[in-house]
Amino acid sequence: MEAVRFDNVKFSYREDGGEFAVNGVTLSIEEGQFVAVLGRNGSGKSTLAKLINALLVPGSGTVSVFGMNTADDKKTFEIRKSAGMVFQNPDNQTVASIVEDDVAFGPENIGVPRKEIGERIDFALRAVGMEAFRNATPSRLSGGQKQRIAIAGVLAIRPKIMILDESTAMLDPRGRREVMEVIKKLNREQGMTVLLITHFMEEALQADRAVVMHRGEVVMDGTPEEIFARSEELETYNLTLPRAAYICKQLQAAGLPVANAFTAKELAEEICKSLQKG
Amino acid sequence: MQIVAKGLTYVYNPKSPFAGKALSGVDLTIDEGEFFGIIGHTGSGKSTFVQHLNALLRLTGGSLKVGEYDLADKKCNFLELRSKVGMVFQYPEYQLFAETVEQDVAFGLKNFRKDLDKDGVQAAVKEALETVGLDWQQVKDVSPFELSGGQKRRVAIAGVIVTKPEILILDEPAAGLDPLGKQELMQLLHSIHGGWCKTIVIVSHDMDEIAENCTRAAVFSAGKVVMCGTPAEIFSRSGELISLGLDIPVTAKCANILKQHGYVVDTDFTCDDFVKKVLALRGKEAAHAE
Amino acid sequence: MLNDVTFGQYYPAKSFVHNMDPRAKIVLLIAYLVAVFLADNFFALAAVIVFLILAVIFSRVPFGSVLRSVKMILFIIVFTAILNLFFYASDGELHILWQWKIITVSWEAIINMIFLAMRLFLLVMGTSILTLTTTPVALTDGLESLLTPLKWIRFPVHELALIMSIALRFIPTLIDETNRIISAQKARGADFETGGLIRRAKAMIPVLVPLLVSSLRRAEELGDAMDARCYSGAKGRTKYKKLTFSWRDLLGLLVLAGLITGIVFLNLYLGGKFAILNYFFAS
Repeated sequence: MEAVRFDNVKFSYREDGGEFAVNGVTLSIEEGQFVAVLGRNGSGKSTLAKLINALLVPGSGTVSVFGMNTADDKKTFEIRKSAGMVFQNPDNQTVASIVEDDVAFGPENIGVPRKEIGERIDFALRAVGMEAFRNATPSRLSGGQKQRIAIAGVLAIRPKIMILDESTAMLDPRGRREVMEVIKKLNREQGMTVLLITHFMEEALQADRAVVMHRGEVVMDGTPEEIFARSEELETYNLTLPRAAYICKQLQAAGLPVANAFTAKELAEEICKSLQKG
Repeated sequence: MQIVAKGLTYVYNPKSPFAGKALSGVDLTIDEGEFFGIIGHTGSGKSTFVQHLNALLRLTGGSLKVGEYDLADKKCNFLELRSKVGMVFQYPEYQLFAETVEQDVAFGLKNFRKDLDKDGVQAAVKEALETVGLDWQQVKDVSPFELSGGQKRRVAIAGVIVTKPEILILDEPAAGLDPLGKQELMQLLHSIHGGWCKTIVIVSHDMDEIAENCTRAAVFSAGKVVMCGTPAEIFSRSGELISLGLDIPVTAKCANILKQHGYVVDTDFTCDDFVKKVLALRGKEAAHAE
Repeated sequence: MLNDVTFGQYYPAKSFVHNMDPRAKIVLLIAYLVAVFLADNFFALAAVIVFLILAVIFSRVPFGSVLRSVKMILFIIVFTAILNLFFYASDGELHILWQWKIITVSWEAIINMIFLAMRLFLLVMGTSILTLTTTPVALTDGLESLLTPLKWIRFPVHELALIMSIALRFIPTLIDETNRIISAQKARGADFETGGLIRRAKAMIPVLVPLLVSSLRRAEELGDAMDARCYSGAKGRTKYKKLTFSWRDLLGLLVLAGLITGIVFLNLYLGGKFAILNYFFAS
C-alpha cells in the first residue's frame, strides 16, 4: 500500500510565493519502506518532512498520507496519528519532567483511555529499550537516550510512518548508533515506514532507498548503492560519498580491480579478493 | 606557546553533595605547532579539560601551564591569556548577539584590545570575515540572525579568531554541518594553522576527521588521558578504543579485517596513505606470485 | 551559582508524602502557611517545627536537600532579621538591651527577629517539601484540578497548567544554556564581574540576547513537536495520571487541622510571643 504520495508539490515560506523550498516534488513511498533523504542544508529536506504530517500544507499540488489529503483540515488529526515525527534537538521535544509523563502526552492528546495509556507506555519504552528509565528525568539523560524517549513518545501514538528530521545530527557516535538500531528494529520487526533525513552518508546505507534533494527538487532516487555509485552526479549536488566508498573509488582510479564497496567490511572483502587474484 | 598539564584535577560543585570529579589527574603536553585532536565520549572530561586551557574553568589540583602563563596562579592575567587562547564552543552560532555581523565580530576584539582605534577594529574584522570565507562588504551590516546556519557559524568563528589567538581550541566545530560544510571548515582550519595561529586543538567524535587532520591526539576516559600519540599510534590500538565504546576510522576497520585475512596494511590511517599502502601490497603480492 | 538552583527540583523516592494526592499537598501547604503565621508563641512555633520535621521524615528526602532550598534565600532571611533586630519599633513597652543613635536592640526586637526568621525559614522549607516530593506534572495537574471551578468563567485552566509544566521542564535546559553562553562570551573577553551596576547590566546583553533567541527557537521547535504529537488543546484529552484522594491525604489534612487548632489554643492560653518576657521580667 502507498503510505505517502507527493504530486507536483510546491511550497514557499514567503508570502509572495517566491523561492520555493520544495519545488515540484512528485514522490511515492510504499508502506514498510525505509527511505533516507539526503541533501545539503537548505535543500528542502525538512520542509519535505513537515509537509507529510500537515505541519506545513503545500502551496500547490497535493500530499496524501494513506489516501488522506493533508490540505483537508478534518483529516489533520488522523494524518498526525499515522505519521509521527522526531526532530533534531533532543532537548526541545519533551514536554514533561518525567519520562513516562512525556511518553503519555501523545496518547492523552488523542484521547486514549487511561488504562490503555499505561500499556502504550510499556510498549513504547520497551521498543526503544528504555523501560528502566520510566521514572527518570529527561534532562539528566544522554542525548541518545533523550532521542529514544522522543521516539517512544511518537510510538505511543501508534503511527505507521516515522519521520526523523535530522534526529541523529546532534548526537555523539554512540547516541547515533543507539537511535539507528531502534529505527532499524522498528522497520524490520513492526513494518514501520521510515523516512530518515540525515547528513550521515553511512546512515543512508542502512535504508532500502535513498532520495537526494537539491534546491527543493528530488534529483536522485534509488537504492543507496545505486545513488553512491553515481559519485560524479552526487558531487554536483555537493554531497560526498561514504568514506569506504570514497576509498574504494580511489583504489579503482589507481587501477586496483575492486567492485563497488560502500562499507568498511565490503571494502575489505573486495580488497582481499583483488589481492588474492594477484 | 606550549601547553603542559601535570596531574590536573577538577572537582565540580566542591563541598556539596553533588561534588564529582570531572578530571582526575590529567598529564598532557601539547607542543606549539600541533594540530591536536581530543577524543573521548560525552562525559569523559574532554570538554572540561579544554575549558581549562583559557581559564574558563579553574583547576582544583595539579598544574597547568600555557606558555608562560601559570593557570594555578591566582595572579595570572586571565584576560591576556584569553586573547591568546581562542575558544570556539559547540554550536558557536548560538552565541551571536549583536545587531550587525561587524559589531558581533568586533566584540571580542574590543574587549581585549582597548587601545585599538575604529580603523584598527574595522581592518581586523574585515580580515577575520575574509579568513572564514565571507564577503565583508556583503555581510558587515547584516543582522547575524538573518544569515544561513553555515554562515552564522563562520561569523561566530570569525568572532573568535579576530584577535588572532596563538592557540585555537574548537569543541566539535563541525557538529551539525553537512558533509561539504565539514570539509570546508577543516580546510579553513588548515589555512590558518601555521600562520598567526600556531596551535590548533580540536575536540571531535569523528575519528576519520582525527585520522586525516591531526598531528597527535589524546584519548580521554573517566577524567584521564588513557592514550596519547600520533593517529597512527592510536588507531593501531583500535581494540582498546572499541572497548572504550569509541569508534575507529573506516581505514582502521578495513585494515583490521584485512589483517584477519593475512594482509598487513602498515598505514597511518589517512585515506591517501591507505590507498597507497594497499596498492603497494598488491605490488608485493604480484611479485610474490611470480 | 546557577548550579545551586535545586528549588523546585523533584527528588525521586517512594514515600508517604510522595504518594499523597498533589491536590491534598497543595491544600496542606496553604494550611501549613496559615499555621506558620498563626503561631504566635514559642510553643506554637515548636509545634509547627515538629510537624515540619515529621513531614521531612515521612518524605524520605534527606534533610540536607530540603535545607539547600533555604540556602538560596539565606541572605534575605539574614538581611531582614538584622533590619528587624536594629530597627524594631513598637508602641508597646520595650526592654532595651543596647542603644546607639537610632539603633536600638531590645528583647522584643530579638524575639521578633527570631519569629520572623523562623517563619521565613519554615515557609521555604514547607514549600520545598512540596516541590521535592511532587513532580512538576503532578503539581500542575493538582493545580489544574483545584482551579477547575474557574473554567466556568472561561479561565484557561488547562493551558495555564501546561505552560507551567513546560516552564518547569525547561528550567534545567536553560540554566545549562546560560552557563554555556556565559563561558563563550568570557572566552571572548567579556567581563561580568567588575564595574558598576549599569556596566554590569550592559555586560549581560551578550548573554541575554542569545538566550532569548535560543528560547524562541526552542519554543518554535517545541510547538512543532507538540503539534506532531496531536496536541490540540484540552478538548477530547484524557489524563494518564488520575488523582486519587486516599487515606494518606485524609490523615495529612486531619493532622494539620489538629495543628492549627492546637496553635489557636496555645496562642489563647499562653499569650503572644512577648508573654515570655513578662515571665522573666516580673520575677
